[in-house]
Amino acid sequence: MKPTALSLAAIAAVIVTYIRAIFFTPLEATQGPAQKILYVHAPAAWVAFMAFGLVGLTSLIYLWLKDERLDRIAESSAEVGVVFTTVVLITGPLWGKPIWGAYWTWDARLTLTLFLWFIYVAYIVLRGAVEEKEMRARYSAVLGILGALLVPFIHLSVYLFRTLHPRPILMKPSAPSLPEAMLVTLLLAFASFTLLYTALLRARYRYAVERDNGQNDGMTHAG
Amino acid sequence: MLSDAWLIARKDLAIEFRTRSAFLSALVFALLGIVIFFFAWDSSAVSAIDLAPGVLWVIFTFSGLLGMHRSFGVEQPDRGIDGLLSSPVARESIFLGKAIANLVFVAVVQAVAIPAVGFFYGLPLGDVALPLAGIALLAAIGLVTVGTLFSAMAVNTRFAELLLPMLSLPFFVPVVIPAAQATAKLLSGRPVGDAVPWLKLLLAFDIVFVVACTLAYPFTLEE
Amino acid sequence: METASGSAVATENLTRSFGRRRAVDGISLGVGAGETLALFGPNGAGKTTLLRILAGLLKPTSGSATIGGVKLPGGAEVRRRVGVISHHTLLYEALTARENVEFAARLYRIPDFRGASERALDRMRILDRADSPVRSLSRGMRQRVSVARAMVHEPRLILADEPFTGLDVVGASVLSQLLADVTQSGAAVILVTHNIDEGLALATRVGIMDGGRIVLLDDRASIDRSAFAQRYRNLVAAGA
Repeated sequence: MKPTALSLAAIAAVIVTYIRAIFFTPLEATQGPAQKILYVHAPAAWVAFMAFGLVGLTSLIYLWLKDERLDRIAESSAEVGVVFTTVVLITGPLWGKPIWGAYWTWDARLTLTLFLWFIYVAYIVLRGAVEEKEMRARYSAVLGILGALLVPFIHLSVYLFRTLHPRPILMKPSAPSLPEAMLVTLLLAFASFTLLYTALLRARYRYAVERDNGQNDGMTHAG
Repeated sequence: MLSDAWLIARKDLAIEFRTRSAFLSALVFALLGIVIFFFAWDSSAVSAIDLAPGVLWVIFTFSGLLGMHRSFGVEQPDRGIDGLLSSPVARESIFLGKAIANLVFVAVVQAVAIPAVGFFYGLPLGDVALPLAGIALLAAIGLVTVGTLFSAMAVNTRFAELLLPMLSLPFFVPVVIPAAQATAKLLSGRPVGDAVPWLKLLLAFDIVFVVACTLAYPFTLEE
Repeated sequence: METASGSAVATENLTRSFGRRRAVDGISLGVGAGETLALFGPNGAGKTTLLRILAGLLKPTSGSATIGGVKLPGGAEVRRRVGVISHHTLLYEALTARENVEFAARLYRIPDFRGASERALDRMRILDRADSPVRSLSRGMRQRVSVARAMVHEPRLILADEPFTGLDVVGASVLSQLLADVTQSGAAVILVTHNIDEGLALATRVGIMDGGRIVLLDDRASIDRSAFAQRYRNLVAAGA
């Protein structure tokens, strides 16, 4: 596939962000170099949840309008989203080990992300298990909507679990108020990841269009 | 609408009663699980009160799944579902009827499994019988609502037996966490009030998902 | 074509697509009270799809259909007037014949569901096996129970999709008699069949569907049996 302007821009943005993050952003006092994972971890989490939000939204509208383009967007957003979710789940423990001393501490947000990953995988597996296009779109839409409804309940469960359970106080890696230089890098990272997501979404969508048209041509040939 | 649902529920239960296979499998699975967990337990390290809630609600989840699979399975061999769909009965009644049948199924398994846990682990469950029954009912409603809907979808796919747990288990988490936590609070002699936040979460889940799944069911039908 | 008896069914440009394939393509037909339309056609012609739309199992992509003057999907009242016989039995194997028919009677809100079931099973000459589980019945007996199930609520429109499948000689003659009796009392029947003799014997109107379209629609009286049989054979052979 020919690289589009969007994908080139996205790659450029990501490269610029990380050059800035590594070489031109100050080290954080207590955490040292490990803190720089924040610039991958947080934007990836943002994209992971936003991608699923799009899956939920297009699923809802699909059940109303039955336009297969909406189904393709959902399908693409899910596959791109699960990749970003996996990035969160990898960078989280990588960051956690040097800071907290343990890879996994059932941190509320990371746990929620883990469940998001499970929902994504269920969505993708469901799509793989249904061959007929219309049924697949309908079933995926139902799962997309229910999955979106599920996320707040998982969040509440985990939140209640953490607050009602006495636990040792752990240092929170993402401080709410960052010094300006770091904040700029972080915002840049969010922007470039969003750009990257959009580029990937578009590419995956185009692949889905070609695949569907190829199938349709095959069908009219045989019919 | 409820009387139609009840009619369909009775039909499903009559069928299950005749064959009994799913019910016996679920029951035996539950009891075996309870026994195996016992042997995997180091009673000097963990007290029965700490272990029992986890065992109870994990067993509940998996044995419940065994039952729900056959919910729409019975309609498959001779297309009984067409008989239901071409009758004057509303689509929502079909879903509610099957959910009610599953609820009875799960409740009966629970009625055996919960006392079994008390028996095998030497726990005085009689003292907390009433609140425990309440938790069990709320948890069963949540489990059955989601499980019935996904059973309607899974039955039309490849790998139906694998797909049903994959889809359902993420949704069971906001049921199992509150149920287990509330049970733990009760067993350690805390006042019922301590368990209330968990029960509220469970009730909220039940309300949201009963509505959502009933509304979603017609979309799982090819029309 | 429309009568006040509530059994009339009429379609206007009825179309149903699956993706890009038009299974039912602009069908306009009508069947009045007391009429039996025998519908023939090669496999894949769209006959079953048409019946499924009328049975409330599928929605049309475009066009319309009315049953008893009520436009589809009409709701419970319309469903109550329709009986569906299929080559699937729509039965639950683990239950007895009686339980299956009583369940259907209750689905259709028949007040005296026990009596109605008994009569329906008796009419299909299967009352002696009423309390056997369906699992223990032969294919032919199951089909009889299936017909009893379809007819227990005395529908005014009967949609029969290859209903003679699996029936033995006695069962087939019982069903033929039943369909003839029911049209005498004003019900309408759409009968999909591959069996020319059975179909022509019952029909007051005859139709052929092919590729989603009606290619023939005529009164039975105007049909010459051997010419029709030839034409139908040619059609089926051409599509094969």
